[in-house]
Amino acid sequence: MTVPLLTAMLGLPLAGALGILAIPRDRVGAIRWTALGTSMAVLGLALAVLVGFDPQRPGLQFVERWVWAPAIGASYIVGVDGISLWLVLLTALIFPLALGASWTIAERVKEYMALMLLLEAGVLGVFLAHDLLLFYIFWEFTLVPMTLLIGIWGGPRRVYAAVKFFLYTMAGSIFMLMGIIALWLLSRSLTGTGTFDLDRMARHGSPLLSPEAQRWLFVAFGLAFAVKVPMWPFHSWLPDAHVEAPTAGSVILAALLLKMGAYGFLRFNFSLFPAAARALALPVAVLAVVAILYGALAAYAQEDFKRLVAFSSVSHMGFVMLGLAALNPLGVQAALLQMVNHGLSTGGLFLLVGMLYERTHTRDFRALGGLWKVMPLYGGILMVVGFSSMGLPGLNGFVGEFLILLGSFGAAALGPAARWLTAAAAFGVVLAAVYILTMLMRVLHGPLPPRWQGLPDLGGRELAIMAPLLALILFIGLYPMPFFAAMDASVRQALAALSGAALSTR
Amino acid sequence: MTLLQAWIPLLPTLVLTAGALALILAEAFRRPGPTRGMVWGALGIALVGLGVVGGLLALLPGEGPGEGFSGMVRWDRPAGGLSLVLLIGTALAVLLSRRYLVDQGLDRGEYYVFLLLAAAGMTLMAVAQDLLVVFLALEGLSIPLYVLAGFARPRAASEEAALKYFLLGAFASAFLVFGIALIFAGSGTTQLSALAGRLRALEAGGRLLVGMGSALVLVALGFKVAAVPFHLWTPDVYEGAPTPVTAFMAAATKTAGMAALIRVFLIGLGPAAEVWHGPVAAMAAATMVVGNVVALLQPNFKRMMAYSSIAHAGYLLLGLLGAPGLALPGVLFYLLAYTFATMGAFAVAVGMAGSEGEDPSLEAYAGVARRAPGMGTAMLLFMLSLIGVPPTAGFFAKLLLFAAAWQGGWAGLVILGGITTVLSAYFYLRVVVAMWMGRAERERTPVRDPWLRLSVVLSGLATLVLGILWVMMGGLSV
Repeated sequence: MTVPLLTAMLGLPLAGALGILAIPRDRVGAIRWTALGTSMAVLGLALAVLVGFDPQRPGLQFVERWVWAPAIGASYIVGVDGISLWLVLLTALIFPLALGASWTIAERVKEYMALMLLLEAGVLGVFLAHDLLLFYIFWEFTLVPMTLLIGIWGGPRRVYAAVKFFLYTMAGSIFMLMGIIALWLLSRSLTGTGTFDLDRMARHGSPLLSPEAQRWLFVAFGLAFAVKVPMWPFHSWLPDAHVEAPTAGSVILAALLLKMGAYGFLRFNFSLFPAAARALALPVAVLAVVAILYGALAAYAQEDFKRLVAFSSVSHMGFVMLGLAALNPLGVQAALLQMVNHGLSTGGLFLLVGMLYERTHTRDFRALGGLWKVMPLYGGILMVVGFSSMGLPGLNGFVGEFLILLGSFGAAALGPAARWLTAAAAFGVVLAAVYILTMLMRVLHGPLPPRWQGLPDLGGRELAIMAPLLALILFIGLYPMPFFAAMDASVRQALAALSGAALSTR
Repeated sequence: MTLLQAWIPLLPTLVLTAGALALILAEAFRRPGPTRGMVWGALGIALVGLGVVGGLLALLPGEGPGEGFSGMVRWDRPAGGLSLVLLIGTALAVLLSRRYLVDQGLDRGEYYVFLLLAAAGMTLMAVAQDLLVVFLALEGLSIPLYVLAGFARPRAASEEAALKYFLLGAFASAFLVFGIALIFAGSGTTQLSALAGRLRALEAGGRLLVGMGSALVLVALGFKVAAVPFHLWTPDVYEGAPTPVTAFMAAATKTAGMAALIRVFLIGLGPAAEVWHGPVAAMAAATMVVGNVVALLQPNFKRMMAYSSIAHAGYLLLGLLGAPGLALPGVLFYLLAYTFATMGAFAVAVGMAGSEGEDPSLEAYAGVARRAPGMGTAMLLFMLSLIGVPPTAGFFAKLLLFAAAWQGGWAGLVILGGITTVLSAYFYLRVVVAMWMGRAERERTPVRDPWLRLSVVLSGLATLVLGILWVMMGGLSV
């Protein structure tokens, strides 16, 4: 009997949320520290998982299995493999930082902190669940706290943004639910009671689907994930939601919730519908490249700091999707790393935007400028995180984007279009440099408006939040091998199942 | 022994009727004044009814003792499930009524008598196995409801609601009688268990009569469950009736109407699916679309909930089309989840009414969650359940229902149901948005009433955990 680490990880935030409900409303400090302490404990458990993780073994580890509804074959199956490991760790890392950044929330702290912990449980559940029904429950569950976080603590157009976010996601998810129902009925005709077990479904159910049925189901699941990623043209909820959300909300949206979409493609679409994944890799890659270029151009056109970061997310997630669509180990592993990178760099940028906004109460580039003079620490950190987002060699973004391009260049799944798509995507790297450098220039350089003369530089709490991000940005940039080593076996196994026909893996 | 067994299907109905009669005597002889005693009485009777149903379900597993009174009534698992849902709705209605009646100056004891009498008619519907019993039950539940709809007597809207409900209800009853007559003329029986068997032996003329007859029965029951195109009375009646009565109508009357549809079509005419699947599918599609789309436009909570109840009638009709093994459990659980969510939502609305009078506009809900986070959280749960967001009961209900209909070969309708579900999210969210994100000049504070709070808490807990519990306990084996 080993310790159920993963269940503890899921249960801790829920318990923490309940605990917060028991604390009187006016004891704000106790509420904040309970939330932060809970999320730190989750981080501790996640590190324990990392230590115990065996990188040589493909497939699930730390598995817990419990058939909770025998009548319909629904089970509680959680586990980590090389694909979800880093995302779980990213989640466990981002939440304490986001909670630290929420110290400035003064209104309805109790509800806020409880919702954040519920959200943490939901996001972890999405990455840990290996049962379709359980996954869907967590997937939809994340929607509710996030919508409330945007709608209650957000900016001026927060209600519009919150409702739009909810409806977009729900519209995508409902098709996934249809797909899950169809798969369950298929398994029911095979076993009598049916199952939602992802691995059993992939092994025994999927081969029975006709190529046409696979394509339909790929699209049904894909719609849910495409909205979340978001892939062009399903991205229009993103600028509103990111801009209106409170800082921690934007950080979690960008760093974690978008990853749920890309993770969904890899975990569900590729394993359940391999034939369709091969057939539809090219359209996915084309949309990804459109998102790279469109997101970068749109980011350059923004006058609002936060909107710029939001659109840069569209562009970066385009890289992730391009790497996944390459369907070779290089591209997929790089895409997985790039998910972590994007979580660190874009999460970091949103944190920095929030810290600036708390001082200036504006995010308009036309009102900013010259801030390096008064806030040198802030300037230095913004530059490093910006360079990471831009893909400067030596920092984490370069490793991910460069290897994604390398993977997609030689992707057999994309056929002769691979080189052209890669070339177009590479141009996106140039555009990233344009909008990031412009951003740095407009915020940090030029004349300092007199009203920003007395701005204080970053304080101890803010530096403590940024420090782990900076350390990881540098570490991954210089020595990414441990990250690839842990995911290698799982990715290869996933792709081996996927390649009915031999795919080139150069 | 057999003589006694014949009474078993009628037990819940008898408990409720006897209780109602005892209460009306008590009302006649009691000293004038507050009705606290009547509330306890009504609640006790509803709980005894629940106990009886629970006991029957526990003591008589499987198919139970079967029929009574030469096959007029029948106790089986669906009857037990339906009675359970109906009595839960009734008990919650008793809980959430008192405060409203006192605040609105309607504190008269006969209210609870009518409530119990309507519930008696409803439980009779759950065991009906003869078209004549269906008719009796329908009248038995409708007549007290007409009175209840007009219970806020000096209020014009309430009187209008009662009259409208009565006229259209009488109209529907006429359809039902005529339909029964045609079915009898065509097949020579009104007994539902015999009907399907007879149908196969009929020649063309008889089949035509039975077809016409069942179409008329479908129209009549369509009125009762508020299915499009027979829904036009719903928003006016729901808006005008006293709010607790609206809650009772939205939850329990819908369940009773569905009980009739289950008894007549799913069980009675089940083997002759080709007769009724087409029209019911068309009604389901129209009801889902119209209910959800029109609900988007409602600025008033009660009217919005009226269209929401129409929309849910559409989903329930969709469930009737499901594959045999899945349809019944799907519909039953949907009714249970819907009852808790609807009664809970109306309980919060009743709490909002207060002594300052009722304001059903959505603006009145602005910012309430700031003052009363508990009420706000409960309403959030109910709305999420009505949308069908996990982990609430509404999600599992929709999952089972959609799976049943998909298995039955109605994948297109299921996709339509999915799309309308997304639409419905918008108007249910408006309530959440108003309560949690809205700001008002003068925020209303919900009344603090233990009865009301109990009904909200019970509904909230059930909404939160019932879905998971139901599936865990193998809810498919109804």
